Amino acid sequence: MIEIRWHGRGGQGSFTVARLLGASAALYEDKYALSFPSFGPERRGAPVLGFTKIHEKKINDRSEVKTCDYVVLLDETLINENVVKGLKENGTIIINSKNPGRYDILKGFNVVAIDATSIALDILKRPITNTAMLGALIAVSDVVKLESAVKGIESEMKKSIVNKNIEVLKKAYETVKGVK
Amino acid sequence: MSNNKCFVSGDEAVALGARLARPNVISAYPITPQTIVVERLSEFVEDGSLEAEFMHVESEHSAMSAAMGVSSVGARAFTATSSQGLLHMSEGLHYASGARFPIVMMNANRALAVPWSIYGDQSDSMSQLNSGWIQVYVEDAQEALDMTIQAYKIAEDGNVLTPFMVNLDGFILTHTYELLNLPNQEEVDEFLPKYETENKMDLENPKSLCFSSTPLDNLEFKYQQHMAMINSKEVIEKVDKDYGDKFGRYYGGLIEEYKCDDASVLLVTVGSVTGTARVVVDNMRSEGIKVGLVKLRYMRPFPEEKIIELSKNVDKIGVIDKNISHGYEGTVFTHINSALSKMNNSPKAINFIGGMGGRDISKEDIKEIFKSLLTTNEDKEKTVQFIGMGCEIDE
Repeated sequence: MIEIRWHGRGGQGSFTVARLLGASAALYEDKYALSFPSFGPERRGAPVLGFTKIHEKKINDRSEVKTCDYVVLLDETLINENVVKGLKENGTIIINSKNPGRYDILKGFNVVAIDATSIALDILKRPITNTAMLGALIAVSDVVKLESAVKGIESEMKKSIVNKNIEVLKKAYETVKGVK
Repeated sequence: MSNNKCFVSGDEAVALGARLARPNVISAYPITPQTIVVERLSEFVEDGSLEAEFMHVESEHSAMSAAMGVSSVGARAFTATSSQGLLHMSEGLHYASGARFPIVMMNANRALAVPWSIYGDQSDSMSQLNSGWIQVYVEDAQEALDMTIQAYKIAEDGNVLTPFMVNLDGFILTHTYELLNLPNQEEVDEFLPKYETENKMDLENPKSLCFSSTPLDNLEFKYQQHMAMINSKEVIEKVDKDYGDKFGRYYGGLIEEYKCDDASVLLVTVGSVTGTARVVVDNMRSEGIKVGLVKLRYMRPFPEEKIIELSKNVDKIGVIDKNISHGYEGTVFTHINSALSKMNNSPKAINFIGGMGGRDISKEDIKEIFKSLLTTNEDKEKTVQFIGMGCEIDE
């Protein structure tokens, strides 16, 4: 089973992307997935978590996610010790940052950085980085294929924002693949 | 059998199930974590995909009152609530069951105040067991959808005519997105035809509904209600089989046994924690430890005969309760013990209270429960134990 934890702020789409990834795996790759937010009240701007579990078989375990294979940070202002908590050995942190080297807390971990905010501002004209970070995740992992994520976005997002978000997804994917 | 796959939350699964059941009227008041059910149904009515009347009521008490009005003219009613909302409609719950109105309601299991909490546990519905409603507890979104459809079939059966509550653990089920096979409308229509009843207000055939009684006849009415609930056991098993034959998913009826054959200890679970317990049972079985799981699906009617049958050859039974009757024990445990007391030689049962107000029940917690059930130290063993207590207990 692959477990992904998304860190963002309310309104940045960190739960939406947890759901997009789950839908991509479950609907377009014959896998099973669970996607859920950190439970509780929803507040704009407050730190929130999203979780995606992906597996070949039905996922029965409904207890809290304590470990993860990938941590994805949509917003680097959220960096603190909780970000690396539960990260498995050989796990990877994917961070939206121009300069990840300045964070001591990330030292010793596999870190992949992408300037997702610039990609989002360029294409969406808004600093909504969730689909960019999904592209980055797919570039460094095999959680789902790029074409499955494209289909996931097509089926799960509002029509008016589908094309731009696919563009963001692909741009981020290629950016990370290019530097990898 | 044809299915459409979708990726939805438990709340959305309930809304999709309710739409397939074609209710005539939905009367509901939003409350976390049920809100999305109400939002989706209002959208379905708005976009024309559900031909029904959507009533924005001012409270849960009104939601239930309206549902009774709907049912009293022989129409199909749906509502949904949670926690404080369920308690606010408590008067109506008894009224609806006494009047034999087969209303279907979803309840998102959530803690009760005080302390105020929007997180999940089963205190709300367990406190309403005596309201005369059938109560099912589901384990995932698919079962939530399937039971919303089955609920009408069971509730509207002429030998049952009893309202039906579909319970989903708040957040763990209501807010988790997962794969769902959506049955097609035609097949659901075949399975669940239009509701026809004589228990309605009818100008051609006038009769009195929701009437008064005297000491001369009250017991007889209540006995009929009691027998209707008992009759529902057979109907539940039949509907489970018929639904499985048509849609390919069987749930076991009143309970599901999971690896109970040759088990020396059993754990009884209600709701979403069953899934986590399955994983633990699989792991322990792979180590050769003979543990089994009983998924108690229905609290009303209570599957007493099944519990007795399964308990015949086991040493000990653990019961997880996500509720407590203060000063005594968990409600599920009380029911299991009542069943066991009717055996000649009953195994000892231990109660584990946990998952209150959204507290996690981990795989390690469940493994510890099994370990303690497998250890024999009955002199020291407390009958009621608390999972993951965060403070020292002075007893």
